[in-house]
Amino acid sequence: MSNPTYTVIFYLFAAITVCSAAFVVFTRNVIYSAFSLLFTFFGAAALYVFLSADFIAVTQVVVYVGGILVLLLFGVMFTNSIMKVQKSEVINIIPGTLLLVGMIGAMLYTFYTTHGWMPSETLLQGSIVERIGFETMSRYVLPFEMVSILLLAALIGAAFLARFDKSSK
Amino acid sequence: MSSTALSQFSIPFLMGNSLNAWSEALAGFYLFGLPLGLVIIAAIPLVFIALYSLTYGVYGERKISAFMQDRLGPMEVGKWGILQTIADILKLLQKEDIVPTSADKFLFVVGPGILFVGSFLAFAVLPFSPAFIGANLNVGLFYAIGIVAIEVVGILAAGWGSNNKWSLYGAVRSVAQIVSYEIPAAIALLCGAMMAGTLDMQKINILQSGSYGFAHFYLFHSPIAWLPFLIYFIASLAEVNRAPFDIPEAESELVAGYFTEYTGMKFAVIFLAEYGSMFMVSAIISIVFLGGWNSPLPNIGSVALNDWTNGPVWGAFWIITKGFFFIFVQMWLRWTLPRLRVDQLMYLCWKVLTPFAFISFVLTAIWEICIP
Repeated sequence: MSNPTYTVIFYLFAAITVCSAAFVVFTRNVIYSAFSLLFTFFGAAALYVFLSADFIAVTQVVVYVGGILVLLLFGVMFTNSIMKVQKSEVINIIPGTLLLVGMIGAMLYTFYTTHGWMPSETLLQGSIVERIGFETMSRYVLPFEMVSILLLAALIGAAFLARFDKSSK
Repeated sequence: MSSTALSQFSIPFLMGNSLNAWSEALAGFYLFGLPLGLVIIAAIPLVFIALYSLTYGVYGERKISAFMQDRLGPMEVGKWGILQTIADILKLLQKEDIVPTSADKFLFVVGPGILFVGSFLAFAVLPFSPAFIGANLNVGLFYAIGIVAIEVVGILAAGWGSNNKWSLYGAVRSVAQIVSYEIPAAIALLCGAMMAGTLDMQKINILQSGSYGFAHFYLFHSPIAWLPFLIYFIASLAEVNRAPFDIPEAESELVAGYFTEYTGMKFAVIFLAEYGSMFMVSAIISIVFLGGWNSPLPNIGSVALNDWTNGPVWGAFWIITKGFFFIFVQMWLRWTLPRLRVDQLMYLCWKVLTPFAFISFVLTAIWEICIP
């Protein structure tokens, strides 16, 4: 971490993540905010790489960019009047600001009062992928199988809902 | 060639095992007091690939299509029209850069950029030779499959930003196609990863090297490997929007699909991204199933053909030759097969390729357990 280039790259990715996340929230155009999410997810993946979590970084890209973002973009593209955003008459600046300051204050307070990062006693040896596969198939095999059944049920449910209804004709 | 023999060829900073190690080593490289390590190293394969893609890709496509249709193809510029692509580049550079008034300016401009970056990101993990790999990740194969997602966002940005019905239809078709075909493609590659027992691209290559040449390639390890090989090849055609899966840019229906409105260099960038993706999938299929940079020639007695034709430079030669071969097959198919309909496309993906990919996955697992 002492290497200046390393630090510069870290701050670059941090800036990309934060700026694009801010853009997602503040832009008035829905489609811009959806596209801006790409850079947020990408930046978050880069931050995972800085934590030596390569596998999680790639999974982040696959799941969030390849799955969720594409679904979101499809959803946004099929909505009406993307460009003409109706401005709300009600603007609650004071309660909004209070809420924002309160939440950020609470988060910063928790961050400073609790203990810092706790590095593991034993360093990880060898490939992360093998370790993840081993743990999934041994210690966490029951949750893993349960999640797969849940996803299968969701998939069947989605296929059932999207199915062409024969009885209506 | 074992992994210890490998390291003597290698420049030390290319041999990091994780992304961190690589970036850390690169960060130590300074030029004029500025930390330029990352910029310079990343540019080397890109320059090479961009040159290849533009000149040989486009020229090859035109010549092959001409020969298949019993024509001559470009013959005017240089001997056998060999300089035709350079003339094309000069022409594209001079073209007016038109942004339609009704287009979404920002997305229209940024779309080809995202597309280009997305299609070239996977090149970082392709091992071009025993001594040259951009980033030797231990999740290399997974990264190469997953990073295509960024390309999808670029296609959507280009198609939606053009504010044109053809473009939007092309983009929606393209994304539906890429997202669907990622599933059989990923499962098919997983069969290869299962045979290797690793996701590290360089290790997959090392495991396929040996004195019998092509007999060590995973395609010839088991008869089952042919099934994921064919499934991945078909699915990769769909992923790069090549015929017979070129419905996103179906000329007879959609003019040019998601890049209908693009002119000049923006069009060239989209084209370059397509040729980049073509080489990327060709390289991945040759790495996983055909030994990547390993020489296919066997040692015959004292004639050690395999030993003579292996090494860093030969490695680059073999992987590029294998990549070119698959690009040639892609072009060959393009000018042979008619285009699929949208429903046929989805039928092929979900009812044919995906079940067969699962079957080959299970069979490969059984083979790997039962036959050592």
